[in-house]
Amino acid sequence: MSKHLFLIGKNLRRNTRRTVLTILSSAISVFLIGSLLSVYGMLYEREVAEESALRLITRHKVSLTQALPYYYLERIKSVDGVGRVMPMNWFGGTYIDERPENMFARFAVDPEQVFDIFTEFSVPPEQLEAFKRDRQGLAVGRSIADKLGFTLGQRITIKGDIYPFDPEFTVRAIFEGQDDQQVFFHFKYLEESLDEEWGTQVGTFTVRLQSEDYATQVAREIDDMFRNAPEPTQTETEAAFQLSFISQLGNVKLFLLSIAGAIVFTMLLVSANTVAMSVRERTREIGVLKTLGFPSRSVLGLVLGEAVVIAIAGAVVGVALTFAVNAAMAGVSVQFMSGFSLPDWGVAVCFAMALVIGLGSSAVPAAVAARTKIVDALRHTG
Amino acid sequence: MAVPISYNFRNLLVRKTTTLMTSLGVALTVAVLLGIGTLVEGLRTSLSSGGNPLHLIVMRQGSTAELVSITTREQYDVLKVNERVAQLEGQPMISHEVLSVVNLARRDDPESVSNISVRGLSEIGIRMREGAELVEGRWFRPGMREMVVGAGTHRGRAGTSIGDRIYFGRDDWEVVGVFSAGRSPFNSEIWVDSDLAGTDLGRGSSRSSILIRAADAGAASALQNVVAEDQRLGLEAEREDEYYAKQMQSAEPVRMLGVFVAIIMAVGSCFAAMNTMFAAVANRAREIGVLRLLGFSRFSILSSFMLESLMLSLLGGILGCLLVLPLNGIEGRIGNWVTFAETTFAFTLTPAYVAIGLAFAAAMGVVGGFIPARMAANKEVLHSLGDR
Repeated sequence: MSKHLFLIGKNLRRNTRRTVLTILSSAISVFLIGSLLSVYGMLYEREVAEESALRLITRHKVSLTQALPYYYLERIKSVDGVGRVMPMNWFGGTYIDERPENMFARFAVDPEQVFDIFTEFSVPPEQLEAFKRDRQGLAVGRSIADKLGFTLGQRITIKGDIYPFDPEFTVRAIFEGQDDQQVFFHFKYLEESLDEEWGTQVGTFTVRLQSEDYATQVAREIDDMFRNAPEPTQTETEAAFQLSFISQLGNVKLFLLSIAGAIVFTMLLVSANTVAMSVRERTREIGVLKTLGFPSRSVLGLVLGEAVVIAIAGAVVGVALTFAVNAAMAGVSVQFMSGFSLPDWGVAVCFAMALVIGLGSSAVPAAVAARTKIVDALRHTG
Repeated sequence: MAVPISYNFRNLLVRKTTTLMTSLGVALTVAVLLGIGTLVEGLRTSLSSGGNPLHLIVMRQGSTAELVSITTREQYDVLKVNERVAQLEGQPMISHEVLSVVNLARRDDPESVSNISVRGLSEIGIRMREGAELVEGRWFRPGMREMVVGAGTHRGRAGTSIGDRIYFGRDDWEVVGVFSAGRSPFNSEIWVDSDLAGTDLGRGSSRSSILIRAADAGAASALQNVVAEDQRLGLEAEREDEYYAKQMQSAEPVRMLGVFVAIIMAVGSCFAAMNTMFAAVANRAREIGVLRLLGFSRFSILSSFMLESLMLSLLGGILGCLLVLPLNGIEGRIGNWVTFAETTFAFTLTPAYVAIGLAFAAAMGVVGGFIPARMAANKEVLHSLGDR
C-alpha cells in the first residue's frame, strides 16, 4: 500500500504545473458549487431563532397588501393556545435616499409586547422603558445601528410611501439578537398620523403561542373564525411566511440547480481530459510497471488514486475559499436577506462531488491503462 | 511567414477527444453566461415594451410603485381637464387605476404561490394599451365582478381559465376572458373594473395611480413639469417607459450571480485550455523544431499556437451558443420588487449576446493559450529536435 502511495506521490510531482492547474480548476468548481449552496443555505436553510417556532403570522387571505381590521386582535387573543397577539405593519418608506445601504425593515408594532413576542432580542431595561414611554420612539436592531451609525437620542425621519406621512423618530433603544436587522416603532404613532379614510388597518398580526404544539390547531382555528368575514385570513408559521416570500422570487431552486449542473459537467470534462492526457503520456511507464510484475489492478489503483488525491486537494481549497468569501460577504444584504452560509451537508456535497468527479473522470483512462498489453505499451512513443 | 492554418486545424482534428472535451468545457461556461443573458434580455424586452413614451404614470409624491401610491378623485379631476392630455373620440385619454395583488398557485406546482398584480381600470384605460387584445372570451363589464386575465398569468397560474372564480377584495370574481399584450408586462396582470375594485378594496373614491396619454412629446414633458410644480397636488409624473425600465433592478441579483459564476468558470476553463495547449506543445516539440529549421520565425510559432488555442475556444463558444438556443422563447417568471408581483417574460437570445459569448470564449482561448504558445516559441531549435 505504502509503495502505491509513494508512486502516486511521484506521479503527482512528475508534472507539477499540470497537477497544480488541475487542483486549481477543481478547487474553482468546488468553490462555485459551494457558493451556490451558500445562496441556497441563505434562502432555504436560514438559522432561525428557536422562538420563531412559537410565532404565527396572520395576514389577509387574498394577499399581504390587503389590510385586516384592528378588532381581529381581540378575537385572535381569545383562541385557546394563543399567548400574545400584536399588530405588525410593514412601513416601507425611504431613509435618506433609495440606496440599498439605507434599506432596512421598519415595522409598526405594539411597544408593550414586541420584546415579549420576539424574545430572542435582548434590550437593556432602561432603554426599553424609554422606548415604551416615547410615542415617537424607535427601537433599532444592533446590526442596523452599527451599519448606519445610529445612537441613542438621535432623530431620524423616514419618508413614507405606502403611508402618506413622514414619521419623525428618536432612537430610544438598541436591541440585539439573531437577525436584528430591523427597527420597531409604535403602532399608535402610525395610527394617529393617518386620516379617517385610512382607519386602523393592520398588515399582519403576530401571534405568540403558549406552546409549539398548538401551531397547526391555532392557525386553523383563527382562519376558520374569519372564513366568512369580509376579510378572511391566512395564518401560517413564521418560517412558512418567510418561505412564501422566497417563492416570490421565481423558481430559484431550478435556477441554482441548472447552474450547478453546468459546473459539475464542466468540471467532469476538464478533469477527465487531464487524466487522459497524463495517462497517455505514461503509457511506456505503465508497460515498465507491468513488466516489473505490477498487476493490472495496481495500475488501475495508481491512476484512480492520483485522481482522488487531486479531487480531495481541490475540494479542500474550494471549500476553504467558500468559507472565506462567505465571511467576507457577511455584511452584504440583498433585499433584506444576508448571511451566505454553506450548510454542513453542503460541505459533504462538495467533497462527495469532487470525489465522484475524480473517480468518474479517471475511470476510463485507468481501465485503458490497466488493459494495455505490455508489448504495445513499451512500443508506444509519445 | 505564417504557419498555415490547416496545420492547426489538422492538429485539433487528430486529437479530437481532447479538442472536443476542452471546447465543451468552454461551451458550458459560455452557456451559463448566455443563459443568464437570455433571462436578463427577455425581462428587458418585456419591460421595455410596457412603456409608451407618451404615457405618464402619476403617483403620490415619494411613491416608487403604483401599488403603494394613492391618488384621489379630486387630483384625477384636476388632471383630466388639462389641455395637454390627448383626446380619443372627444374623451380625454386618462385612466384612474387601482393596483393590488392576489395570491395564485402555479398550474404545475400548487405549492408555489405567488403574487399576481390585479389592475382596476376603465374602458379608456384598456384602449390606451394598444397592444392589448382579447384572445379568448370577452372583456369585463363595468359594475360586474369579472376578471380578464393576461396571457402569461393564464398560462402559468392555476384557476385562471374562463369560468373560474378568484377571491379578491371581498368576494369571488369570475374570469370571463384572456387577453394578450404582446411581450409587455401587462401579460402578467389581471384586469378588472376600476370602480368595483376600488370599492371592494375599501379605497373609497381614491385609486392608486393615474395614467395619462399626452398629446405629444412636448406635452408630455410639459405635463410632467405642471404636476411637479403644483404643490397642492402632491403628485409626481413619471414617463411610463422609465417606470418600467427601473424595474430591471429585479434582475440584478440574478445577473450578478450569473456574471460571477461565468467569470469563475472561465478561469477554470482557461486552466483547462492551458492544460490542453501545454500538452499540445509538449507533444509536438520535434515538429516545432522542424518548423523553426524550415525558417518559420518565433513569432510565427507563437501566433500559430495562439491561433490553435483560439480555434479551440471559439469552437466552444459556438457550441455554447447552440446549447442556449433551445432556451430562446421559453416563458420565464421572476419576482418583481417594484410591483411586488410576478412578471412573465420570454427568454431572448439576441445577436449582441451571441457576440458577447463568442468574445468571452475567445478571451478564454487567448488567456489560456498565451503561456504555452510562448513556451513553444521560445524553445531552442536543437533542443527541441533532440527531444523525443
